[in-house]
Amino acid sequence: MNKDWPIWEIFIRSKNGLDHRHAGSLHAADAEMAIQNARDVYTRRQEGVSVWVVESKHITASNPEKSGELFEPAKDKVYRHPTFYNLPDELKHM
Amino acid sequence: MENKSINLEKEFQARIDRGENIEAKDWMPEKYRKTHIRQISQHAHSEVVGMLPEGNWISRAPSLRRKVALLAKVQDEAGHGLYLYSAAETLGISRDELVEQLLEGTAKYSSIFNYPTLTWADMGAVGWLVDGAAIINQVMLTKTSYGPYARAMVRICKEESFHQRQGYEIMLALANGTDAQKQMAQDALNRFWWPSLMMFGPRDEDSPNTEQSMKWKIKKKTNDELRQQFVDQTVPQADILGLTIPDPDLKWNDENGGYDFGEIDWDEFWDVVKGNGPCNRKRMEDRNNAWDNGAWVREAALAHARKQAEQKISKTA
Repeated sequence: MNKDWPIWEIFIRSKNGLDHRHAGSLHAADAEMAIQNARDVYTRRQEGVSVWVVESKHITASNPEKSGELFEPAKDKVYRHPTFYNLPDELKHM
Repeated sequence: MENKSINLEKEFQARIDRGENIEAKDWMPEKYRKTHIRQISQHAHSEVVGMLPEGNWISRAPSLRRKVALLAKVQDEAGHGLYLYSAAETLGISRDELVEQLLEGTAKYSSIFNYPTLTWADMGAVGWLVDGAAIINQVMLTKTSYGPYARAMVRICKEESFHQRQGYEIMLALANGTDAQKQMAQDALNRFWWPSLMMFGPRDEDSPNTEQSMKWKIKKKTNDELRQQFVDQTVPQADILGLTIPDPDLKWNDENGGYDFGEIDWDEFWDVVKGNGPCNRKRMEDRNNAWDNGAWVREAALAHARKQAEQKISKTA
């Protein structure tokens, strides 16, 4: 039987109105303990108002070797950005 | 096959040279991985063992103000150990394996923690000098090439600056106190000065790993550069305290724009590294006892978690 506590990824919302952001990871026997530990480890200086915990094994990550095919197609699509369009300087509110 | 791995190594080095961070799932040379596991886990072990010399004084802190500060500092060290173990774990080793290496004595931790903390002034000297030296090293490491390690360092540096300030404040109070208190502060400085300089490791010419570490941007400055930086920033701080640094060769060098200082006792350095410092055995004994005596707690928590999970399943069934 595995005696290691599983590893959890911790997400913290620093204040209402902002997204939860990945803060780090820790070990805990279950989700409840993961939240307790996250409180002690990642919010000792009022860094958060809300915590999400998820066991690391449930996260599927993209493969860095595939990042070319995943992310490069966006590179040559500058027309998705507002600065692509040539408009006169006197035009306001746009 | 061999060509492929040479190309991968070249591309890896090119990424480092471009200033890119390496992330956990990226390809990396086996030696880069191993060096990081060793270095990050040593760093983690140092945080954990580092709680012992300070824990020694929590119950005897001279006021509630000092006690809550010291307690918070020691709690931070535990957190820092955790961040670092987590960073090491991204390289494919479990925390339990790392802890086992520490407990068996196959992994090292910073030798500074093998010196005893004999008086309350040592809490001042440890915060001021030991944390001061650690911060110099850690600030450099916030720019290290391995992403998870660099991120852990950013978090640690943010928290660490209060550690040094609380230590210096203790020294300040003692240095401005009675003659006996000032003497106690001077004695702590005398005992911790040289071991603090040793924290930066062997001289550059005796540090065979430095070249590769610089090439991979694991380190961005050499041991001797960091040591010089520490001396230059610490001497004026000792002056403010009115304390004397125990080095007759210490003097300002106008040409170099820094302080010249005496030779470290390298025999002592290597002796402590090899396990013969004043507290090596005690520290290992304490860590082993803590681990063994905590085993039932770890097991009980896991048993409880399993039971809760089973009950949840049977309720929904």
